[in-house]
Amino acid sequence: MSAARDEIFTRIRRSLRRDAPLAAPPAHRSQAPESNVRPRLEKDPLECFIDKVHAAAGTVDRISAISDVVQATSDYLHRHGLEPRLVVASHPLISELAWPAEWKIHAGPARGEDHIGVGAAFAGVAETGTLVMLSGADNPTTLNFLPDDHIVVVSALQIVAHLEDAWRLMRDSVTAMPRTVNLITGPSRTADVEQTIQLGAHGPRRLHVIVIED
Amino acid sequence: MQGSTTEFKRQAEAALHDATLQRAMAKAKGGFVDKRRLAVARLPEFAQIRAEAKAIKEHTLAHLDYYLEQFERKVLESGGRVHWARTADEACAAVLAIIGAASKQVLKGKSMVSEEIGLNAAMERAGHTVVETDLGEYIIQLAHEPPSHIIAPAVHKTRDQITDLFQAEHEKYGLTERVTETEDIVNEARQVLRTKFLSADVGITGANFLIAETGSTVIVTNEGNGDLTQILPRTHIVTASIEKVIPSLDDMTVLLRLLARSATGQEMSSYNTLSTGPRRADDLDGPEEFHVVIVDNGRSDMLGNEFHDMLRCIRCGACLNHCPVYGAIGGHAYGWVYPGPMGSVLTPLMIGLENARDLPNACTLNGRCGEVCPMSIPLPDMLRTLRFKEHERKLSKARARGALKAWGLLARRPRLYQVVTALMTAVLGSIGGRAGRFRSLPLASGWTQARDLPAPQGATFQRMWRRRR
Ligand code: SF4
Repeated sequence: MSAARDEIFTRIRRSLRRDAPLAAPPAHRSQAPESNVRPRLEKDPLECFIDKVHAAAGTVDRISAISDVVQATSDYLHRHGLEPRLVVASHPLISELAWPAEWKIHAGPARGEDHIGVGAAFAGVAETGTLVMLSGADNPTTLNFLPDDHIVVVSALQIVAHLEDAWRLMRDSVTAMPRTVNLITGPSRTADVEQTIQLGAHGPRRLHVIVIED
Repeated sequence: MQGSTTEFKRQAEAALHDATLQRAMAKAKGGFVDKRRLAVARLPEFAQIRAEAKAIKEHTLAHLDYYLEQFERKVLESGGRVHWARTADEACAAVLAIIGAASKQVLKGKSMVSEEIGLNAAMERAGHTVVETDLGEYIIQLAHEPPSHIIAPAVHKTRDQITDLFQAEHEKYGLTERVTETEDIVNEARQVLRTKFLSADVGITGANFLIAETGSTVIVTNEGNGDLTQILPRTHIVTASIEKVIPSLDDMTVLLRLLARSATGQEMSSYNTLSTGPRRADDLDGPEEFHVVIVDNGRSDMLGNEFHDMLRCIRCGACLNHCPVYGAIGGHAYGWVYPGPMGSVLTPLMIGLENARDLPNACTLNGRCGEVCPMSIPLPDMLRTLRFKEHERKLSKARARGALKAWGLLARRPRLYQVVTALMTAVLGSIGGRAGRFRSLPLASGWTQARDLPAPQGATFQRMWRRRR
């Protein structure tokens, strides 16, 4: 390929005192990911996840059936005095919901004028209260960042203890790496003005997680 | 207002007398340190994870060619392209070639390597409009200043200064009201930048990690600007340096446990984003083109030499936050892209020791940077090595070398040493006399300018020791 590429690799190998590429992958601890030191959780994963979402300035609703997502969303809109105009991902978890007929709903991607986005997480990580969002036709990435309010639905069955567990789930169930994987922990924030934390820098001002426990 | 690395002393002195800067630095001081301390205390496994992180980076560096090739292969497989650059100029040229000849609207997420290669200036010279989207970067772009901290680029700015800047610069958008509260400042920036996000052609981000296993580039942010920067424009370009590559997602997980805690005291930053190739055929959004520009710029030579450990750096900023010198003078005085302890090591290596010879000396060797570094980089040792090299290459002051030589001669002759030190102790003790201190001393004005030198009281240590026995 390019001369630059050749020279960079030559220099690297010279510094490593080796003159040919390695034939086989080097042995590495990452071939045994279970060897990672994992922070001990204080509680069971679901409780821990919910605590950590709160700690990251997010809010959580626990519901017992998928159909309750509509009521939970309605309550959320009410609490914050928001108009029922939503952009909703066509993810299987939420695509069958019966939204009230008078609500204005459109499917993703999000546009500049969308204020509320509803998406579905692939997994939730208890260790840090992190949502794992995979991009795709049924979960456009713009939905995670353009709206002011981001509502994310996640099944309690998909709450894992550590991020390593989410990667394992992903390797098992997703054939190819999606274009974008977002690990989202709380709403957008900045501390660039005198180190004072202010929520809602460029992304969502609020993050609301709806956990389905059925 | 980029300073110069050869003017460190003058710049440091000016910084100490800059009341506004001192106000801004005083506000920042403590915040980072306390938050980090609490975050580390809450993770009992911190020390183990730190050892793990070092092992991961060492393994990667020892097989750097292998993992870079694997990364490249995976990017190609996912439909992206990889461009290699030996130098800053090559890297800028690669980015310009991707952007193309017609003038474009370019958005940027925070990227230290893009500062290192001078990318913004190169793009502007080529006729493109460049907008920084990280709030801190945006502020300093408006002020035409370089970043003064690797994770908090506008830490040197007070709120009043930001208010003034916004008033002057946002008038053209019809925003004439003076915003003084943090919330309003952030909202105004959000409003201005939103329109830019929706109309840009190219988005450029950096990368905290490159993952060989998947061909993903990873950014760690809190604002979400890096995400809007890469999913809205048609083209996403990533600028990254060769040592950012790590083998796997699980390795990244280990490093993430240290990064946010060491940087801001968070357990996890709001957004960690993995980008792999361009949008897929059935995706509804995302960039149509994905390019990774991988920059060497002197790093391949550091591999395996006495500065090798520096390649483990994950740019968390903890060493800056814990450095008393950085805390007193801020980042601009250092004169180049990387300030503080990590900068005092990197800058001489990247632009030449002869062009940055004050930097390794801008250190009290108190050791805090090395203690807090999550990657266990022996920063104080490396600063000492650089001082040693300065001495060897005769880059230090002739007088200092002379004094060291004289001391060396003396120290190798114990008898003589005892006689001379006893004599000096007696002489200085009697001149210093009643005051017990010197306000000024010939050859030691550097010391006495800012503080008094205590006069010796009594005998030398050796004599007192003998008497005690
Ligand atoms: S040298 Fe260590 S403490 Fe400093 S920025 Fe790099 S990783 Fe962080």
